[in-house]
Amino acid sequence: MPGTQPADIDQLRQRISRLEGERRVAGVLPFGLNLIDSRLPGGGLALGALHEIAGSGKGAVDGAAAGLFAAGIAARSDGLVMWCARPGDLFAPGLAQGGLPPGRVIHVEADDDKGVLAACEEALRHGGLGAVVGEVARLSMIASRRLQLAAEGARTLGLMVRRWDTEKAAVQFGLPTAAMTRWRVTSIPSAPLPVPGIGRARWRLELLRCKGGQTAEFDVEACDGQGHLAVSAPLVHRPVAAADERHRAAS
Amino acid sequence: MSGTAPPPDVPLILKGSDGRRRVVLAADRAAEAGGIRVGMPVAKAQVLVSHLVIHDADLDADAADLETLARWALRTYSPLVAADPPDGVVMEISGAAHLHGGEAALLEGLVQALADKGFEARAAIAGTWGAAHALARFIPKPVFILPKDTGGRALPSLPIGALRLSFGMAESLHVLGFETVGDLLAQPRAPLVHRFGPLLGRRLDQMFGHLDEPIDPVDLPDVIEVRRRFAEPIGAPETIARYTGKLTQQLCDALEDKGWGVRQADLLFTRTDNRIEAIRVGLAQPMRDVKRLTRLLCDKIETVDPGFGIEHMRLIATAAEPLPHRQVSATDDPAPGLATLLDTLSNRMGAERIYRLAPVESDVPERSMRKMSALGEASESAWPSHWPRPVRLLSKPERIATLAQLPDYPPKAFTWRGVRHLVIAADGPERIFGEWWRRDAEMLAVRDYFRVELTTGERLWIYRSGDGEDDKTGSREWFLHGVFA
Repeated sequence: MPGTQPADIDQLRQRISRLEGERRVAGVLPFGLNLIDSRLPGGGLALGALHEIAGSGKGAVDGAAAGLFAAGIAARSDGLVMWCARPGDLFAPGLAQGGLPPGRVIHVEADDDKGVLAACEEALRHGGLGAVVGEVARLSMIASRRLQLAAEGARTLGLMVRRWDTEKAAVQFGLPTAAMTRWRVTSIPSAPLPVPGIGRARWRLELLRCKGGQTAEFDVEACDGQGHLAVSAPLVHRPVAAADERHRAAS
Repeated sequence: MSGTAPPPDVPLILKGSDGRRRVVLAADRAAEAGGIRVGMPVAKAQVLVSHLVIHDADLDADAADLETLARWALRTYSPLVAADPPDGVVMEISGAAHLHGGEAALLEGLVQALADKGFEARAAIAGTWGAAHALARFIPKPVFILPKDTGGRALPSLPIGALRLSFGMAESLHVLGFETVGDLLAQPRAPLVHRFGPLLGRRLDQMFGHLDEPIDPVDLPDVIEVRRRFAEPIGAPETIARYTGKLTQQLCDALEDKGWGVRQADLLFTRTDNRIEAIRVGLAQPMRDVKRLTRLLCDKIETVDPGFGIEHMRLIATAAEPLPHRQVSATDDPAPGLATLLDTLSNRMGAERIYRLAPVESDVPERSMRKMSALGEASESAWPSHWPRPVRLLSKPERIATLAQLPDYPPKAFTWRGVRHLVIAADGPERIFGEWWRRDAEMLAVRDYFRVELTTGERLWIYRSGDGEDDKTGSREWFLHGVFA
C-alpha cells in the first residue's frame, strides 16, 4: 500500500496481536531444565496464564502423575496454592513429597466440575496466590477462556488437571481450549537399579500444544522433594549438537 | 437454672394453675418414671410419687430464658429465630444452613451445643414450622430431618397432640376417637370446623404448608442496624442490589464511627405478605469494606424470593468486633488479602469445604491428617518422609487377586478390576500396626505395604492385610490402596 507508514504497520500488528489474545508478559516460571525451557516461549511456563495437564491411559482416570506434575509446578511458584477438586482421593502426604507442604495448600471441595471452575476463576481473579490447581473432566472453550482472562493481570499460574471417569472419555483432551500450554504426563518404567527396588519415577512429558511454540516430548525424572524435575541419564549423554541439527531440519 | 435444682434422680415437678385446679406443668425424668404426666392434677401426682419435690412454675422467667436462648441461636445459627413458647425455639434455616456445613451438621451441632450448656434438646428440620414443631416433640430421636420428597408420609402418623391445639381441644378429639393427624385429615373439614372452630383446620394447613406461617423473629439488643422502608415495594434483583449497596454503605459508616468491624451480617427482607426472607454472610476477619461486603451480599440475592415485592430491608451486624482504624498511605499497593477470597468462597460453598490440612501423628495413612481453618496459622510440622507416599489414596482400599510368597515378598503379578498386571520391581514391606487405642479390632492388626512398579511404568501402593505368619493379624488378602505418580 502506498503511503503507509511503518508506524501504522506496527500499530496494526499490535492490534492484531491484541485480537489474537497475545498477552502482556507477566513473566515465566522456568522448569530449570534447559531441555524443556528452551522449547517454551519466554523460557518457561507463562505466569498469569492457564495450563492444562492430563495423564494417559489409566493415568487419565486416576490423575496421579498429572496431579504430581501440577504439584511440582505449583511448589515452585511463589505463594500459597489453592487446590480445587471434588472430594476424593488427593493424598496430602504424597503432595508434600512432591514439594507442596501442607501449610502451603488450601483445599477447596466442590460438588461438580462447575463448582471447581467457579472456585478456580474466583481464586485466579484474586491474584494473590502462587498457583491455582483445578481438577476437572470437562473444560469447554468458554470456561477455559474465562479462566485465562481471570488469570491475566496477575502472576498466578492456573493449572487444570484433567481427569475423566473412563479412559475412553479422555479423547476430550483433543478439543481446543484457551489454555497456553497443554501437557500429557505418562509414567514410564524407572531406570533399573543394581539392587532390587524401584528407582526414581520417570515420566514422558508431551507438550501437545503451546501457544507461540512447538510441540515437544521429553523423558524426565519425576518431581523431587522441591518439585524439580531432572533429566534422565540417557538424555544427558546424548550429543546436543545432533539434536539441534535435527530440530532445525524439521522446522 | 438458679442452681437450686435438686439432683436429677429426685422426682421434681413444677406446678401451675389451670383455672381453679393446680396441675403439673413440667415433670423431670424421675417423676415421669413414677407415672406423673404433664397436665395431671398435683394432688394425684403427690399420691403417685412419695417425696415429690414441687416448685411453682415461673412462667415469666421461662419466657425470658427462652428469649435468651432464641437470641443465642440468632447469633450463632440463623438470621430468623423466634421463641416458640412454652418450650421451643423455631428457626428459619434456609438462608443459613450452608455456613454450618449443611442441614444435618447444623442440627447435630445445635443439639451438641445445647447439651454443653446443660439443656437436653431435640431438634427437627421440616418444610414448615408446624411440621418441625411436631417432629421435634413426637419423634423419639434427638435430631430428625424430614426429607423433602417423602415429607408427607411421616406426618399423618403423628398423634393429635402434635398439632399445637389447646389441651381441652385435644382431649375432646381424643374422646371422639381421633388418634392421629391422619385420622383428622381423612375427615371432611366442615363438620370439624363447625364443632371445634377454625383453629383446627388452620393448624392442619400450617403443618402441610397450605397456609403460610411467618416467623416473627427476635431482635438482638445493642447491634448496629440500618434499615430502609420503601414507599413502593421493590422486586427486581438489580434494584435489590442497588439498595443493598446503599445499606452496606450506611452500615459501614456506622461501624466506622464505633471503630468496629463486622464478622457476620444479616440482610432481612420483609415482603408485602409479611414473610421475611433473609441472607446471612459470615466473614473470616472483622472488616468494614463497603465493596467487599456488598459483593458478598449481592452474591446471595438470587436466593431471595421477593414474592409480590419487598417493603422493608434491614441490614444488621449480628456479630461485630473492634477493628482499630489503620493509617494507609496513598502510595501503598496492598497485596490483596487472602481473607477476601476465602470469604467469597466460604459464603458461596460453605466454610467447611475450604480448609488446610495439618499432619496428625498416625501411621495409618487414612488418619494421618486433620482439617483446619484455611486462615489459621499454617503448621510447620510435616509428615515423616522416609517412606514414599502416593499422591492419590483410594478412599476404600480395593481387593486385588494375587499370589505372593509369604511372609515378606511382594506379588509378581496381580489382577485388579479384571485386568492382569505384571510387577517388574517392588519396594517394601513397610509394616504399619493398628492403633489399638482407637479400636479393639486393631489390637493385633497389621498391614504390610509394598510399592510396586508395573511393566507399563505405573507405580501402585498395595498392602497385605496381616503379617503373613499369624492369621490373627489379618486375613492375608491383598489390597490396592494408592497410586504413585
